[in-house]
Amino acid sequence: MTTKGRIHSIETLGALDGPGLRCVVFFQGCPLRCIYCHNPDTWSPVGGILTTPSELVERISKYKLYFGKRGGVTFSGGESLFQPEFLLETLKLCKSKEIHATLDTSGYCETDAVNKCLDFTDLVILDIKHYDDLQHKKITGKPFGKTLEFLKLVFDKKIPLWIRHVVVPEINDTSEDIAELVSLIKKHAKPEKVELIGYHTMGIEKWKKLGLAYTLNAAKDANPAVITSLQKIIDEQMKG
Amino acid sequence: MNNNAWRNFIPGNWQKEIDTRDFIQKNYHPYTGSADFLAGPTDRTKNIYKKLQVLLTLEKEMGGVLDIDTSTVSSLTTYPAGYLDKENEIIVGLQTARPLKRGVNPFGGIKLARKACEAYGYKLDPVIEEYFAYRTTHNDGVYRVYPVEMKDAKKCGVITGLPDGYGRGRIIGDYRRVPLYGVDALIEQKEKDKTHLSKQHMDEENIRLHEELFRQIDFLKKLKEMALMYGSDISKPATNAREAVQWLYFAYLGAIKEQNGAAMSLGRVSTFLDIYFERDLAENTLSETNVQELVDDFVIKLRMARQLRTPEYNELFAGDPLWITEAVGGMGEDGRTLVTKSSFRFLQTLYNLGPSPEPNLTILWSADVPEDFKKYCAKVSIETNSIQYENDEIMRPSYGDDYAIACCVSAMKVGKQMQFFGARCNLPKVLLLAINGGMDEISGEQVGPELEPLKNQILDYNEVMKRYDFYKNWLCELYVNTMNVIHNMHDKYAYEKLQMALHDTKVERFMAFGIAGLSVIADSLSAIKYAKVKPIRNDKGLIENYKVEGDFPKFGNDDSRVDTIATELVKDFYETLRKTPTYRNSMHTLSILTITSNVVYGKSTGATPDGRKEGEPFAPGANPMHNRDTNGAIASLNSVAKIPYDYCRDGISCTFSITPKVIGKTPEDQLNNLTDILDGYFKNKAHHLNVNVITRENLIDAMENPHKYPNLTIRVSGYAVNFHTLKPEQQKEVINRTFHGKM
Repeated sequence: MTTKGRIHSIETLGALDGPGLRCVVFFQGCPLRCIYCHNPDTWSPVGGILTTPSELVERISKYKLYFGKRGGVTFSGGESLFQPEFLLETLKLCKSKEIHATLDTSGYCETDAVNKCLDFTDLVILDIKHYDDLQHKKITGKPFGKTLEFLKLVFDKKIPLWIRHVVVPEINDTSEDIAELVSLIKKHAKPEKVELIGYHTMGIEKWKKLGLAYTLNAAKDANPAVITSLQKIIDEQMKG
Repeated sequence: MNNNAWRNFIPGNWQKEIDTRDFIQKNYHPYTGSADFLAGPTDRTKNIYKKLQVLLTLEKEMGGVLDIDTSTVSSLTTYPAGYLDKENEIIVGLQTARPLKRGVNPFGGIKLARKACEAYGYKLDPVIEEYFAYRTTHNDGVYRVYPVEMKDAKKCGVITGLPDGYGRGRIIGDYRRVPLYGVDALIEQKEKDKTHLSKQHMDEENIRLHEELFRQIDFLKKLKEMALMYGSDISKPATNAREAVQWLYFAYLGAIKEQNGAAMSLGRVSTFLDIYFERDLAENTLSETNVQELVDDFVIKLRMARQLRTPEYNELFAGDPLWITEAVGGMGEDGRTLVTKSSFRFLQTLYNLGPSPEPNLTILWSADVPEDFKKYCAKVSIETNSIQYENDEIMRPSYGDDYAIACCVSAMKVGKQMQFFGARCNLPKVLLLAINGGMDEISGEQVGPELEPLKNQILDYNEVMKRYDFYKNWLCELYVNTMNVIHNMHDKYAYEKLQMALHDTKVERFMAFGIAGLSVIADSLSAIKYAKVKPIRNDKGLIENYKVEGDFPKFGNDDSRVDTIATELVKDFYETLRKTPTYRNSMHTLSILTITSNVVYGKSTGATPDGRKEGEPFAPGANPMHNRDTNGAIASLNSVAKIPYDYCRDGISCTFSITPKVIGKTPEDQLNNLTDILDGYFKNKAHHLNVNVITRENLIDAMENPHKYPNLTIRVSGYAVNFHTLKPEQQKEVINRTFHGKM
């Protein structure tokens, strides 16, 4: 019997989550509860639309002509690694159709379960919420350990890697924070790039709609100038 | 005899007969390099353009019309020579004696000319009124024989915009013939054709063609006279690049002096002119800066082209356009690209002179055009919003590699094919008439054949389709017959003498029909089929509104359940049109294009079963309805790409508005990704795409603070407009359109 998966939605024009033009598939269900999440509607492990890997890949294939030499599909969410069997079948099909597949993940997963998935993954975008275990728990509700294990696994398997990091004012926006992050990354992996994303408040509406209490109310949108200067620091330090 | 003018050109059939394509094929130089060679504007160009900008500002302040010559009938030789800056212009020639001053052209209809004068506070000279009192205009002719049914259909808005009171346009003269051959050789050929015809049976068609040839020759002679007023003898071929541009412009200028046509395309001139530029560059008589200056000066002239039209006309086609469409790029039948350095030079005018709606630069896209050219186009799109794209790969098999685009999306072989323009019919309105048994859903008047309005409490898909079929058949026959009347009269009373003189004598003709509101009717039928649609009747039993229960598939989500409805509607409409024969055996064609008339059509259409409210605008062209596409822009483009070009050979327009950040983080990403979007869309056999890369906030700001965005140009269905020439309701419609931009 084919494994079915739960898909929240599909964005057919994605240009920000991986190289080139991408079809972004948002998986339903996530083990984390990030306090600034802008897709809280993808948390619940129930809901979404049940679909088979072949149905999903058939849909993705409809956009293949747009992928050109650079693009492909990005599995995001929610957390795609939260449905490893379904993801694995889907990734295998993508490989057979020569569709470049990217995982956009928090890395919070059972490494044994997702090990095979990585064999069929062309790029991992790992979103590291915080380098410090305590802070990680505060932000996501879960410890940092599993993400770190995942980072090491990706490095061992030599999968191309991008790192992402959301910068929230007054939580992780100092140059010291960035230096700590960089040293952690450099210790365990060699990402092609490390990308900072400024926190924004546009997700709040969704929380309200879902009747969830948003605890980050005090935080403001990250200042783009701050992000740019922090990004410069990162780019410098990653080179060295 | 043409040894000097044709020096260093590779000989070919083009020397034996009039064959512009052969000349291009033998002599052009494909260019696959980057945009680095391009030159900026010279001081002379900047100064001249500054002069024009002063006039443009004044024109805007005067309510859109700077001045009208009310006592002269516009034609080739009726005004003295006019200049913008006589000492410094390189390319000369104005439509009237003064820049931006509009002439009157009453041959399409005196009423419109009179109304247009009055709308701007002028009065048509009594001498002209007197003269036209004894002369039949095209408009007079049409109304002598218009079917009564047609008047009703027009009144209720099921068919509007027909060229029954104005020049039909959409004819592209092969203006290149004038520089290549000189006018005398063209006259000689026409005389030969006439002699040949005179030996054949004098039936109605032959007699008509004979007389047309007489008039063509007459106007070729007038074209020479017109050029002489500017000191140029164009009887012989152009001997250098400046002359080539000038001769070509004279030919175009003659056409727009003679015809106030709805759309007056330029054709496909850049690669033709490139041959002359290359020769002069090789002979060291011009530098790259000089060449760009010629192109810039030519384009300045094109940006000054004006016709006098009424405010109502401008409501249908906002922004006072002439659709001076120039087709750029594409591939040749032999596999070489038709992109030349001059393809870049024409685009470069959008930087040297700033963004502008005119000329309507149209990129003929193919996956095979050089990568550097693709990137330059994407850059121009992102930075100016001034260009549109059409699929060379699906047009070339039908039209060869020397076609151009009339108006926005209508392809035709230059100098070999022409079309009878037929505006469009309001398809959602046909559906509403069907549901109401031929009664107008707004006025309650009987405007079509009478049947009982549908009685069900919930609309039944099969029953509705049966009804729709009946009214569609009625409408298609009426539509073709009306077009036959219009174009018979246009040929008779407002014949395009000069433009047709720049065609082969034996031309192929298309009769171009059109559809508006495709996504509205497709979604309406989808709602009836997949959800529950309850009609709401007024006290007279007229169905005025609908209540929709449940969800239904909507066009624009790459969902075959509704996309098939749209596709089938189009195929069926086309096949039905073909059942009624056309005037001059022209070939039926169909377009899905609204320009800005989607606002006007929406206004005259009651509530529709898809949940659209009475009076709400339609989506433009073949676009999905606003905010109904929920799977992102590519899914939306895929739905549009499914509409088969084979059934819509007059074009399928789609407008795509996107915020810059959504297509990439860096400018480099944005260029690459836009290129991939275009490649993917056109490989999926789609036909046309307007690209706007701008934020909704910018548009809202521009609406409130026009002075901050003086040259803001945006693409609307099939052409570009200066945002500020749109009426507030049209501006709002553009802003409300689906913007592909997430948070």
